[in-house]
Amino acid sequence: MTALPRVAARTDRERTTRAAWLAGLGVLLLVLPKLIYPVLALDILAWGLFAVAFDLLFGFSGLLSFGHAAFWGSSAYVTAYLLAHGQSVPVAILGGTLSALLLAVPIAFLSVRSSGIYFSMITLAFAQMVSFLALQWTDVTGGENGLQGFDRPAFLGLDFSNSTTRYYVCLALFALGFAVAWRTVRSPFGRAQQAVRDNEARAQSIGYDPRRFKFTAFLISAALAGLAGSMYTFGHGVVSLEVVNWRTSGEVVMMTLLGGTTTLFGPVIGAGLVLLLRDQLTTANLPVGIVTGVVFVLVVLFFRRGVVGTVQHWTRRK
Amino acid sequence: MNTQLLLIQVFNGLVNGAFYALLSLGLAVIFGMLRIVNFAHGALYMLGAFTAFALGQALGLGFWPSLVIAPVLVGLLGAVLERTLLSRLYGLEPSYNLLLTFGLTLLTQDLVKQVMLSRFAVSSAPYTPPEALSGVVNLGFVVFPKYRLFVIALSLVICVLTWFVIEKTRVGAVIRASTENPAVTRAFGIDVGRWVTGVFAVGVGLAGLAGVLAAPIYSVEPYMGAELIITTFAVVVIGGLGSILGSVITGFAVGVLAAVGAAIYPPIANTLVFILMAAVLLVRPSGLFGLPEGAR
Repeated sequence: MTALPRVAARTDRERTTRAAWLAGLGVLLLVLPKLIYPVLALDILAWGLFAVAFDLLFGFSGLLSFGHAAFWGSSAYVTAYLLAHGQSVPVAILGGTLSALLLAVPIAFLSVRSSGIYFSMITLAFAQMVSFLALQWTDVTGGENGLQGFDRPAFLGLDFSNSTTRYYVCLALFALGFAVAWRTVRSPFGRAQQAVRDNEARAQSIGYDPRRFKFTAFLISAALAGLAGSMYTFGHGVVSLEVVNWRTSGEVVMMTLLGGTTTLFGPVIGAGLVLLLRDQLTTANLPVGIVTGVVFVLVVLFFRRGVVGTVQHWTRRK
Repeated sequence: MNTQLLLIQVFNGLVNGAFYALLSLGLAVIFGMLRIVNFAHGALYMLGAFTAFALGQALGLGFWPSLVIAPVLVGLLGAVLERTLLSRLYGLEPSYNLLLTFGLTLLTQDLVKQVMLSRFAVSSAPYTPPEALSGVVNLGFVVFPKYRLFVIALSLVICVLTWFVIEKTRVGAVIRASTENPAVTRAFGIDVGRWVTGVFAVGVGLAGLAGVLAAPIYSVEPYMGAELIITTFAVVVIGGLGSILGSVITGFAVGVLAAVGAAIYPPIANTLVFILMAAVLLVRPSGLFGLPEGAR
């Protein structure tokens, strides 16, 4: 994405601002289950991490994946399957995350050869393959019915039937995932990734292999999306075909845009706003699709920096 | 599998292919000329079917008038969308068009759902083909519904006509000039903006036409375009984004392959197109008929 602000050299003030954002987000997430009901709070964590994973690819590599539901969804299914077959929670979450990573290898290989809109369509089509697989492979996925009613056996004395406990377990996983994204963006790899995004020809001429950077960024993003999908299954105790639907791929784009791309905080805020809005609409019995559609259109037209992006833009100009 | 069954599957495949071809043709025209990836194409196809249904319910209009009026109305809506919304995104990455039209898709689907439920008290409605096209026709070696043959024939005619207009006529030359070099074209006294809107309206009108044609076969419901648009995107990727010839040939070919594939191994029907896409991408990342990215 060319129109987005670059990560400028770090000044002291920016470092302070970032620390403030980090502290603010941390405190907010720590008290979140006190403010809204824990399952919704947990949803925000899972979708928030999913959006961070998406941003890692979209914001920092300029690749608009329109098929990230494939990784989120496959991990959600694998996690559910492992739990339903008597595995412990850590094994199920790890298994789900790894499955998303493995699935990403061939998809990334085939899709990073293309860029721009071509890349979007290819990722979308691959996600659709995963979605059909989930529908057809009823022995494993439960087809139309999905998987539900599996156990989440206690681990290290933690009782997972309590939704607040589940929330804090997910918060730890979220922190882990967020830290990975944070480190990636600020590592030499992340810098090179952004150099490739901003000017592929120039990056190539100084010796970087653009495809390799895109490939690796894709894998990291998919694995984090997988971790998020695992959290989602763990939190809800059900998986349905919705997790692999293309609407899911679109929704994570919307959350990221609304919050602000290339900010890492933005996607989490965006996820929170979308989920809170949807929760309000459902409670008030208003048509969710119409309202989210309108919000989506308005964000793309007039609000491309997103919430966090806009705030950063203002504070930088001052 | 016997030959009879295979032939029937080939014909069924051509029917599906006719819809893929019409839709991917519209996408190709819009992308090839305007660099817009219109995710809302599936929703506009649905809107074509829904308009025909609504015209029938409210005004008692039959299939034939609707076949003309509904695509025109959808095309007009397209013109409005292009003028008011999409034109604001020119100069930005095509990704933003994809995202905007994705939002429009969510909006349109749920809006139609609300209207159908509140106004017509249904969420899905059958739509009957006209008298003249009901019944079957005996082709000698196979018996096939008349209406489906009509769909194949009309789709072929429209595809050839569109290709001809864009590649071989003066109108096509003006359109291509308007989109390839707007500044020079403007210097010749041509109103580029109006042509751009017109191209978008026609491309979207093709989706509306496909929708009316689909209504008697698949029945009318708000999400009828949702899965279809994804398959169409795969067709477009296989054929080569923006290639008019590629989209038409691939559309029909994918329809037939999927139908024959389904007769041999049913679960594969819906995934075959995506497997095909992966295979094609391995060999030719820019699609069968597409130019390499740098050349576009």
